[in-house]
Amino acid sequence: MDFIGILSIFVMACFVGYYVVWSVTPALHTPLMAVTNAISSVIIVGALIAAAAGGLGATGATSKWLGLLGVVLAGVNIFGGFAVTARMLAMYKKKVR
Amino acid sequence: MEGLAQNPWAALAYLIAGVCFILALRGLSSPTSSQRGNRFGMIGMTIAVVTTLVVHAPMRNMVVGNGPVFIDGERATLLDPTALVEILVAIGIGAAIGIVTARRIAMTAMPQLVAAFHSLVGLAAVLVAAAAFLNPLAFGIADMVHPMIGDPFLAIRKVSRIEMGLGVAIGAITFSGSVIAFLKLNGNMGGKPIMLPGRHVINLALLAGILGLIGYFTQDQSPWIFWTITGLSFLIGFLLIIPIGGADMPVVVSMLNSYSGWAAAAMGFTLHNTAMIITGALVGSSGAILSYIMCRAMNRSFISVIAGGFGGDSGGGGGEAKEQRPWKRGSAEDAAFLMSQAEQVIIIPGYGMAVAQAQHVLREMADKLKEEGVRVKYAIHPVAGRMPGHMNVLLAEANVPYDEVFELEDINSEFAQTDVAFVIGANDVVNPAAKTDKSSPIYGMPVFDVNKAKTVLFIKRSMGGVGYAGVDNDVFYQDNTMMLLADAKKMVEEIVKALG
Repeated sequence: MDFIGILSIFVMACFVGYYVVWSVTPALHTPLMAVTNAISSVIIVGALIAAAAGGLGATGATSKWLGLLGVVLAGVNIFGGFAVTARMLAMYKKKVR
Repeated sequence: MEGLAQNPWAALAYLIAGVCFILALRGLSSPTSSQRGNRFGMIGMTIAVVTTLVVHAPMRNMVVGNGPVFIDGERATLLDPTALVEILVAIGIGAAIGIVTARRIAMTAMPQLVAAFHSLVGLAAVLVAAAAFLNPLAFGIADMVHPMIGDPFLAIRKVSRIEMGLGVAIGAITFSGSVIAFLKLNGNMGGKPIMLPGRHVINLALLAGILGLIGYFTQDQSPWIFWTITGLSFLIGFLLIIPIGGADMPVVVSMLNSYSGWAAAAMGFTLHNTAMIITGALVGSSGAILSYIMCRAMNRSFISVIAGGFGGDSGGGGGEAKEQRPWKRGSAEDAAFLMSQAEQVIIIPGYGMAVAQAQHVLREMADKLKEEGVRVKYAIHPVAGRMPGHMNVLLAEANVPYDEVFELEDINSEFAQTDVAFVIGANDVVNPAAKTDKSSPIYGMPVFDVNKAKTVLFIKRSMGGVGYAGVDNDVFYQDNTMMLLADAKKMVEEIVKALG
């Protein structure tokens, strides 16, 4: 995929983000931050690639360890982020009539 | 090795993951659909991780006897089980830490937790960028260059260098900024702004230096440039957040949320990964919109918040201008009597309620009042607390039904027909000076018209302290205001007792 192709996806996604986020009810702004936190840890993809790559020499080994550390950090965020969001969302209840 | 996007199935899987993330945010438009949304998020993340593990499984060269094996002229490779186990262990460690933290954290500590999580995204982005810089072949972003003179060398593509430079810079700012935000929210560092002389000049110079180096990086891929960009970005993130005061934290937390998104997007460009780009754009716009909402709710420009310094000691009012005006002090029994006789009570919670952990006992009080036939509503200002939606989460934790909780615009007209406005731990958001006094630092900020209610019950620790903005509040001295001076939780407990 060329640069313009990716840029197009990015620009469109910004617009989608704009409309989707404005439709989020203010009461759920804290869960919104928690869940965006979790999904931005999709950066784990890059960390996984680095961790899996068989590097050459010392820089390759460093790169691999940086990748593994990145996997741990992003992992904390992914599991922690989704779990804490789920915990918060489960608390929002309607009036029992 | 080829870039990820070259495998059409993988590209499709990442696109599906991206769509799942959009649906995850879409679900948050109402509490009823929100849990399904969160599950979409989890599904999307699983797709992204599994796809990466399959497409980029760790491989090693196949060796038989002493020599490598070739199949159709290509080196044959085998799955490297050790490396795979290492990766799975890394995920497992992350999962264990994450889940335990998420289960144990108190709801009042949510702003700190979110700041801490942001810092992790930032650091992860820095690590990924550094790994890509050190091993560009693995990421498919480098070409072998065979110059006329000298040895062939690996050149990272120019576009990738810019993306990588931006990714590492934004990631580093997110990291150090979030660490400071965490320390301030967690109370390890005072909430008061720390002002360095000439900080705007320093920050602008640093920013120019970072951008200049990213530009120069396209011409020269020496490691010192990459690491200097990283170092300067850590520094500017730190310098940007230390001058910002405690109650401006909702804006800071939202802004850092936005940055973590842009960092992910920049790395997505490097890796040509649609899931990362879509997510980055979503998170980036989400944080930006939240920052905008918070700024609007304080009637302050984003620039003035980022410039910092608001809410310091110099904030006027609190010092010498202390005129003695008469005010009325009430007891828990008075408050209980007034509220039990009321037709409608509106509760306005603020950060003080979170500090005192008074949300549960507050709901008990509301239950007692409802038994007496009083209509109880909650009114929440967008900047109440230390992060967007902070009060809503605390009330939800205390089992307050979300349809009793109202936003500023929806409830403000009701105060004139309300018998009791019950202010607990809020101050600036009910200050009429925001509407009347042009010289006030909070002038123009939308506030609750509590002064229009028949009676105002105002819980406050003491008459000495003023709100974050450091301005006196006329509501204290109104004839129809009764000050309940005590710790919020203790006072509400006494009111509950008095209600019987």
